[in-house]
Amino acid sequence: MVDAPAIPRTEAPPALAKDIVLEAQNLSTHFVYKTRTAKAVRDVSFTLQKGRTLAIVGESGSGKSVTSLSAMRLLGPTGEIAGGSILYRKRDGTVVDLARQSQAAMRKIRGREISMIFQEPMTSLNPLFTVGDQIGEMLLLHERLAAPDIRRRVIEMLNLVEIPGAEQRLDDYPHQMSGGMRQRVMIAMALVCHPALLIADEPTTALDVTIQAQILDLIRRLQRELAMSVLFITHDMGVVAEVADEVAVMYAGEVVEQAPVKDIFAHPRHPYTLGLLASIPNARRDFDAAGARRRLVPIPGTVPSLYAMPPGCAFAPRCPYAVQPCGSPVHLERIAPKHLSRCIRAGEL
Amino acid sequence: MGAMERQDTLLAVEGLSKTFQTGAGDVHALKDVSFSIPRGSVVGLVGESGSGKTTLGRCLLRLVEPSGGAIRFDGTDLLALGSAEMKRMRKRMQIIFQDPFSSLNPRMRVRDIIGEALVTHGIGKSRTERRDLTAGLLEEVGLKADHLSRFPHEFSGGQRQRIGIARALAVEPEFIVADEAVSALDVSVQAQILNLMQDLKDRRSLTILFIAHDLSVVEYLCEEIVVLYLGRVVESGTARKLYAEPAHPYTRALLSAAPVADPDAVRNRQVLKGEIPSPLSPPSGCVFRTRCSFADEACAMQVPGAVVLSEHQTSHCLKAGSI
Repeated sequence: MVDAPAIPRTEAPPALAKDIVLEAQNLSTHFVYKTRTAKAVRDVSFTLQKGRTLAIVGESGSGKSVTSLSAMRLLGPTGEIAGGSILYRKRDGTVVDLARQSQAAMRKIRGREISMIFQEPMTSLNPLFTVGDQIGEMLLLHERLAAPDIRRRVIEMLNLVEIPGAEQRLDDYPHQMSGGMRQRVMIAMALVCHPALLIADEPTTALDVTIQAQILDLIRRLQRELAMSVLFITHDMGVVAEVADEVAVMYAGEVVEQAPVKDIFAHPRHPYTLGLLASIPNARRDFDAAGARRRLVPIPGTVPSLYAMPPGCAFAPRCPYAVQPCGSPVHLERIAPKHLSRCIRAGEL
Repeated sequence: MGAMERQDTLLAVEGLSKTFQTGAGDVHALKDVSFSIPRGSVVGLVGESGSGKTTLGRCLLRLVEPSGGAIRFDGTDLLALGSAEMKRMRKRMQIIFQDPFSSLNPRMRVRDIIGEALVTHGIGKSRTERRDLTAGLLEEVGLKADHLSRFPHEFSGGQRQRIGIARALAVEPEFIVADEAVSALDVSVQAQILNLMQDLKDRRSLTILFIAHDLSVVEYLCEEIVVLYLGRVVESGTARKLYAEPAHPYTRALLSAAPVADPDAVRNRQVLKGEIPSPLSPPSGCVFRTRCSFADEACAMQVPGAVVLSEHQTSHCLKAGSI
C-alpha cells in the first residue's frame, strides 16, 4: 500500500450539505493490470444522509463492492481511485475527501469513523485469535485502553449484539461459533469504537433466512441506538425493501438510479431497475386470477465485459427502450426532487 | 400429500434415514423422511443449512447411500438394486448441481462434457450421431451449436448452468433433482433459467424435485412443497396452501423471515430465536421445540407424527390444528 494521496490535493476545501454524511461525486475506480485496465466503477455519485440507510443494489460485477472498498480505501495493490471524490463528514464536523487521504490518515478513520462488515464472517475473522482478542484489538489501537477495561467493553459489546453467555464466548475461537454468531462478532468488532458510518457489504448473504432476519433486526436496532448512518451493499431487492431509506441501483460500474426506497419499487425510472424487479419471482404478480403461472420476464443477454463497455449507455444493448441517441454518453440526471436516473427516456417510463 | 400411494406417484420415499458416522458421534442427517412426488409435478424441498435437503436429493439417486427406509421409483425399490441395475436406473433420473463453476470439468470441452453422458449410457451409435445429439441439446437449452468446442471458463454462470442442464437432459431422464440449481445466479439470469426449466418440464414431461432455500422461487415454480428441519419433514402440502396458511410453527417462521421485495408489504414477522441445534445431539421429541414459541413438556416427550390436516396439507406437530 503506497502512503501517498491517491490523487493530488485540490485547492478548494471540500463542501458538503449539512445533513449529508457521505457523498460520492463522479467517483471512478480502476484496476490496472499489465496489459489492460478494468474500469470497475465509473462516474459514480450518490449521497447518504446522516442517520439514514442507503442501499447500493446491483448484480455481480456491478461495482457495488468496489464502491464501498473505495470509500474504505481498501483496494489492494492493483486498485486505484482514478477520479472524483468521496466526501465524508467526520464526527467533529469537519469534511474530508476519503479519496485523497493518506493511508496513515485512513487508519485513524477506519474503525473509529467508518467501519465495515463483510459477507463471509469466517474469512474475515482471524482463526488464530479468540473473538475477545479480535474485538479488543480495536480498543487497543484506537483508544489505548488497559486490559481490564478492554475486557469490560468487549463483554458490553457482545451483550449488545445479543451473543448469549458473553463472558464465556469471549474466549471462543471463530471456528467454535456458528455463521450467525460469527456475523454478530463481526458487528461487535465494527461497532466497538462507535463509528458514525457502518458499511455493510452483503452482511447476510451467507446466512439462512431466519438468521438473516435476526441480523437485519440487530443492525436496525443498533443503528437507532448508536445513531449511525449505514451504507448497505446487497444484491437482494427483498433486503433492500427491508433496510433502506434510499436506494442507489448500480449496473456495469455506474449508478443508474437513486431514489427513496418506496419510489424505487413503486415508480422505477430506469429500464434496468424495471428489468431487475420483473425478474424476481413474485407470487402476487406471477399468477393470474385462475391460478395460472405467468412466465417471468428476464433481462435478455448478459452484463458487458469491463474491458468492452459500450460507448454510450451501458445498458443499451439489453434495453427494450434503447434508441439511437443511447449510443452517446448518458449522465445521471435529476428527474424529480428526490429521484435521479441515468436514462434519456426516464420521463417516458 | 398424506396418502402415500397416490395413483400417479413417480417417486415415493418411506421412512428414509441417513446417518453419517463421524469422530464426534453419529450425525442423523435424515430421519424417518416420507413424501411422494406425483408424475409430471415440480415438488419443492425447502429448509435451511443443515436441514438435510442436499443429502436427501443425493440419497434419491443413491449418490449417497441411505441408512434405512425405502425409495420407490416408478414402482421399483431402488435400495434393492445392485450397482449395475442402479446405473441403468440413473438414465431415468438425473441431478443438476448448484455451482456451475465446480460441477463442470474445466479441462473438458462442452461436447465432451455432454457427450460423456451419452457414451456412458450407450446413447448414439456413432460419434457423428452423438455430436448431432449434443448440438441439439445445446440449442434446446438456449446455447449455440458453435459453443460445442469451448471450455467451461468461456461461459458466464448462467450459460454454465445451461450446460449442466443439457448434460442432465442428454440421457432423456424422467426425473430430475435440481439441487439449488438457480441459487448461485443473479436474479436477471435466474429468471432466464427458471423459464427454461419450466419450458423443458412441459416439453419433456419431466418430474422435478426442486431443492432451494429461496422461498419466492419455490412458490413460483413448485406445485407441492416439503419442508425439512434438522433432517425431519415438518410440513408438506400444496404450495398454495402452505404459503397461504402454513401450519407448522417452523414453516410460519421461515415464511415470515423471508424478505419481500416490497417496502409496503405488511410484515407480521416472528423472528425465530436461537439457531438450528447440532445434528449430533438433536433435541428429544420434536426437534423444533427448542425454538418454538408453542412448545411445552409434551413436545419434549413425544416425536410428532404426521397429522393430515386436509388433502392439501400435513403437519408434523403435536398441536397441529389447534395453533
